[in-house]
Formats: sequence, C-alpha cells, structure tokens
Amino acid sequence: MPGIGNRETGIGRSARLRRALSLTGVFAFASLAHAAPEPFRWGGDAEGGAPFVEADPRDPSVVRGMDVEIAGLIAGALGRTPLFVQVAFTSIDASVERGDFVVGLSGVEDLPARRAAHAVTVPYFEFREVLTVRASDRGRFRALSDFRGRRIGTLSGTLAYDLLAAGRAAGGFQVVSYDDDVHPYGDLAEGRLDAVLLDHIIAQRALRHVAGLTIQPDAIASGRYVGVLAKGNAALRDRIDQVLRRAMSDGTLEGILRRWNVWDIAQPKLFSRVLAQRPADGALAPAPAIRPASSAGSRALAYLPALLRAALITLLLSCLAMALAVAAGVVLASGRIYGGPVVRALFTVYVEVVRGTPVLLQLFVLYYGLSSVIRLPAFVAALLGLGLNYAAYESEIYRGALEAVSRAQLEAARTLGLSEWQILRLVRGPQAFRLALAPMTNDFVALLKDSSLVSVITVVELTKQTSIFAANIGSWVLPGALCAALYLLLSLPLSRLARSLERRWSAPS
Amino acid sequence: MTLVTAASLLDVRGLRLVRGARAVLDGVDLSVRRGEICALMGLSGSGKTTLLRAAVALEGFDGGTISIEGFERSPGPVPPESRLKDLRRRAGMVFQSHALFEHLTALGNTTLAAVYAHGRSDAEARTRGLALLESLGVGGRASAYPRELSGGEAQRVAIARALAVDPPLLLMDEPTASLDPARRGSLGEVLRSLAAEGRGLLVTTHDADFAKTFADRVVVLAEGRVAEEGPASEVLTDPQHLATKELLRG
Repeated sequence: MPGIGNRETGIGRSARLRRALSLTGVFAFASLAHAAPEPFRWGGDAEGGAPFVEADPRDPSVVRGMDVEIAGLIAGALGRTPLFVQVAFTSIDASVERGDFVVGLSGVEDLPARRAAHAVTVPYFEFREVLTVRASDRGRFRALSDFRGRRIGTLSGTLAYDLLAAGRAAGGFQVVSYDDDVHPYGDLAEGRLDAVLLDHIIAQRALRHVAGLTIQPDAIASGRYVGVLAKGNAALRDRIDQVLRRAMSDGTLEGILRRWNVWDIAQPKLFSRVLAQRPADGALAPAPAIRPASSAGSRALAYLPALLRAALITLLLSCLAMALAVAAGVVLASGRIYGGPVVRALFTVYVEVVRGTPVLLQLFVLYYGLSSVIRLPAFVAALLGLGLNYAAYESEIYRGALEAVSRAQLEAARTLGLSEWQILRLVRGPQAFRLALAPMTNDFVALLKDSSLVSVITVVELTKQTSIFAANIGSWVLPGALCAALYLLLSLPLSRLARSLERRWSAPS
Repeated sequence: MTLVTAASLLDVRGLRLVRGARAVLDGVDLSVRRGEICALMGLSGSGKTTLLRAAVALEGFDGGTISIEGFERSPGPVPPESRLKDLRRRAGMVFQSHALFEHLTALGNTTLAAVYAHGRSDAEARTRGLALLESLGVGGRASAYPRELSGGEAQRVAIARALAVDPPLLLMDEPTASLDPARRGSLGEVLRSLAAEGRGLLVTTHDADFAKTFADRVVVLAEGRVAEEGPASEVLTDPQHLATKELLRG
C-alpha cells in the first residue's frame, strides 16, 4: 500500500536491522554477480512504507518490510536471488501482466476482479477493514450507516474503496478517494473528512503519526493480501503457493509477521484454512465479494454513469480554471506592461515561479501545505491551482500579443485624445485578444488534459475515474478507450469552435 | 525670418530637443497660420518628424515653447494625457504609416475617438464620419477594414480620422512618400480644400514639386535648425542654403 513519506520506526528495530543488513548483502550480490540463475524479479511500491515495503532509512537504495522478506523467502526456495522492482501501487496488476516482474507483493488485496484477470497466490495475511474517526466522534460514528451526508476517505483501487462505492447509495455518504494512504488521515484530523476506511495495519500506523484519532473496534469487513502473477503464469503461482504453505506450516511466515508486529489471532486461522485446501485446488475461495462478479461488458456499463459524471467534472473544472486563468492572465500581462517597477517585479516573480515549478507541487501546497491557514475544499483548490498556474502561461501569451500591436497605432490613439485605459480597452486589447486566440485554444485543450492531475488532491475526474474503473475490472483496454473517447469528445468541439472564432475575427467581413 | 501674426495656429519658439548627446532640434522657430499649407522639408535626419511629434506631445522637449491656438507647453517630459485634452481638440496628426486601427472599419476608425474621447453621440460621430469619408472620396469604403484598403484609400481614411473632432491644425508626416504622381496631385487638391476651410496644415515632405505646387510656404530644416524659409515659389526656385540645394538635387 502506498503512503507518501510514512516510515515505520520503533519496536523490533534490531531484528529488522539484521534482516535489512542481510538483504543488503543479497542485493549487493545480485547486482554484482551476473552469474546464473536469473534473479527473481518481484514488484512492489516502496511509497507504501512499512510494514509492507519501505526504503531503509539508513540506505534508501535498499528496501525492507514484510513483503520484502516474503519475496526473499520465495526467491530462496526457488533457488534464486530476489530483485526488487519499484512500481506504483495502482499499476502493479498492469505491470505484472506486461512482464516487468513475475510477482507483485505489496499489500496486494485478494479481489474478485484480480482473481478473474490474473493468477493469484494463496493469501498470506488477513486484515480487517476498520473505520478511523476523530476521537470526539467515537460515540456517534460506528458503522457505515452513521455517515449520511458525511465524507469517508479511502485509497482508490482497494477493497475499502469498493466497499464504500457499493454502500454509497444506501448509506448516503460521499466517498473521497486518495492516491496514497497518509493524506486521508491528515484530512480526517483537520475535518475535511469524517472517517477513513482502510486496512487495520494502515490505520494503526497512521494513529502513531496523527493525533486525535481513534479506530472503531468493529471491523467493517475482512480481506487478505496475496501475491499477483500474470494470468499465463499459473505454474509458477502453484510453486509459490507450495512455498507459502510450507512457510505457514514451519513457522517461517509467522516469524516474518511477528518481526513486523502484525501477527494476530486472525493469522493462525487463515493459515489453517489455507493448509486445509488441497494444493491442486489452486487458489483459496475469494474474499467476500462486494458485488457478484460479472462480465467485463456489464461492468463497463455499470461504470458508464460514473465516467460521464467524471467527464462533466473535468469539463466544469477546465472551463472554470480557464476563465480564472484568462482573467488573472490579463491582470498579470497588463501589470507587467503598464505597472510601476514594484508591480512589474512582483508579477514577473509570480510568472517565473509558477512556470518554473511543477503544477503537481503547487496543487499539493494549495491543498495540504496551506491547510493549517486556510482549508480549501478540494474542488476549489483544484480550480485555484490549475487556474493560477495557467494564468502565468496565459499572461505571457497576452503580453506578447499586446506588444505585437504596432506602436504607431497606440500613438495615433493618443493624438486622438484617448486615455491609456481607453487605448488598452478599445485599441490594444481587442487586437491582442485576436492574436492570442490560437495559443489560448492550445492551452485550453492542454488544460483539459492537465486537469487529470487534480486527482492527487482527491478530486475524482475523468482520468481518475478511469483508473479506478481499470483497477476494478483488471484491464485498461475498455476503460482506456472509453476515457480517450470522452476526452476527444470534449476537446475536438472546443478546438473546432476556437478555429472558427479565429477565422471570423482574423478576417472580419 | 519667421512671420508671427495673431492668426498663428501653431507657434514654435526656440524649440530645442536633445536625445542622448545630440540636439535633434536646436532652436527652431516656426509658425503655421489658418488657411495655410506649410511644407516642412529637409534631408532625412534633419528633425522634421521629431518636430511634428513634439508638437502633438508624443515627445517631450528641452527648450523653447510650443503653442497651438493658445495652448502653450513648456520644456519637460510629455504631460499626462488628462492635461492634453485641449491640445487633442486643436491638432490632428496623420502618420506616415497611417497607423489605422486594424480591428475597426474605416468608419469605426473615424468615430472611435469622437465617441470615447470627445463625448459625441454615436449618431453624431457616424454622420460626421461618413461625411468626412465622402468628402475625401472614400465614402464607398466606409465598411472596409484597413487591410482591404489601398495605400491611397488608407491615407484618406487616416486624414478623416484625424479630422473627426474638427481640429483647426493638421500635421501630416510624409503623406507623399507612398503615392504615385497622379495620386500626389489628388492629395494636393484635398489639402488645398482643407486649407480653404480655414485649417492650417504642416506637412513634411521630400517632394519639391509637390511642395512647389501645393504649399504656400516652405521651411527647410538642416541639422536641427531652420536653414531657410519663405514662399514656396521663391525658396524652391531660387534656393539660398546648401541644404535646400541638395534637397532639390535629390
């Protein structure tokens, strides 16, 4: 499970230290020796942090965690050396299918869709989906039915997300999806959310870093972590299952889970259920299905309304952000041409800083960085972030366009008695606007696509909804095609409209 | 010697204008009276255009005075536009490049300032604009955009624009430069008719034949000073100053 900047510390450090050191040795060996056999490539997301996979604080080039140790265990049993491949959590399935690594191990959940689309190992850990709330809400928010009109956050592409999405209509709550598992808890503490639903491991970890929160004792559901392999790789999956079963019987797996402080009463029960299954049966029966597994076609149909809604958000956000960018861009450009030295310097600094830093960083700062000063709703932060970012680019277009209007025309206007403001409004502005129209159109289409970045601050727009959809059905083919079609549907008429406006205004009849 | 009379529209006294280390104008005296076409001549770089620009307050100056029908300015930078309203009503300027507003029609060019800077009603500005375009022979082009006009048509529209609020003084920078001889003749007729209405015209030109035919008076500038001046027929047939002779040779 990914989590930005969250690092485990404390108990069990010396054991982990020994383990990390020995793994360092293994990796060093793997990278130095090109001798056969081929290394055992496994994928995970080190952004998920402990206890899953984390960069070792002493040597960030080395990873450690319970999934790292399980990968080492499997590799060892297969007579190969483990080689870690970093992959974004939400891309693990797609990445394993295209052969970047043979198995994904990173708190990967046992979901019906995953089972249908990929080869999945036996589960090696059972977790509980728990609700975390502010300590003051302990008494009133206990079950999903208590959240009518409230906001519940979770990580996208997970069992928790599916649970919330399925219960949203009946429960009357709003689901806020995140790309990481750290920010939901920060937002909960600050009042942007009323609860977070996630794996108990993640919840417990969050409570060590965020004050004023509490975990409700009753689990909403339970789920299991598995390894995921490409669909065609069932033979290797069966061998890995054998390795995991042996590790369950001989106590090796228990040792690993204990070392990472996640061993509890649910695990021996899970182990005995797994061991009771005959290896030939293949995978264990799937985790409790949230909705009945169905064909990809009918699932796509079920997602279509959500995609259309997301497309509407993309369109609305892009239009409003562009309006803001145009208005602020005009002010910036005018200020840089007509303003005094102080205004000119300030505006220049603004334009250079905004153009010189990533919009992703600006969105983070607006939404999370400023949250102690002003708590902007996600949509407003997204609108401001995109609008103010594009304003810098628009202002440069307008400045160029304003400066392209001939000096002689401006002087002629002065000799006719027009004031500076009138000259800008009646002579310079209208001509500059026509010159700026073509580059503005390009920017608008670019903005439409850049609006997908705002998913990092929990706005679910078209691209985000598509990736949720893709994670859910375990394929990018249909969701990707639908998403592309929707973007084209939005952008083609826009560029066409702008082209015709441009034609009309550049050659007035 | 400069003629100074009570009827002077434009009165320039000891005008000095320094740019960098160079005195572009160095003590110029010049006047233009009602009903008179004054040709301002001189080799390139003699300061003709600069004098026009200073007269309509597009440039500040460093010495002397410029007075247009009683509106007098002293040395210094260009005053804020709010203090130049009276000047704008008194003097119109036609630029060498015409500098028409590209996004407006010929009529739009002539009515813009009348409506927005001088408070005329739309209807009033429109009537006068159309009449001006008509009188200048471009009435049929009222709804054409600048890029659709020929050089001669654009010049007439620019004249109409400068006359929209009926200024008594009209300054023109090199109006003959881009015209063929036939069109120069018809431009000259237009200028004569404007002078006949009682306007004063100050026109820079390199064209001695044009000046001889249409101007009442010629002022020749050389190196920022008045080298020679007098009735056009005298100055241009019997030049005294070396600069004038060179001008006629070219």
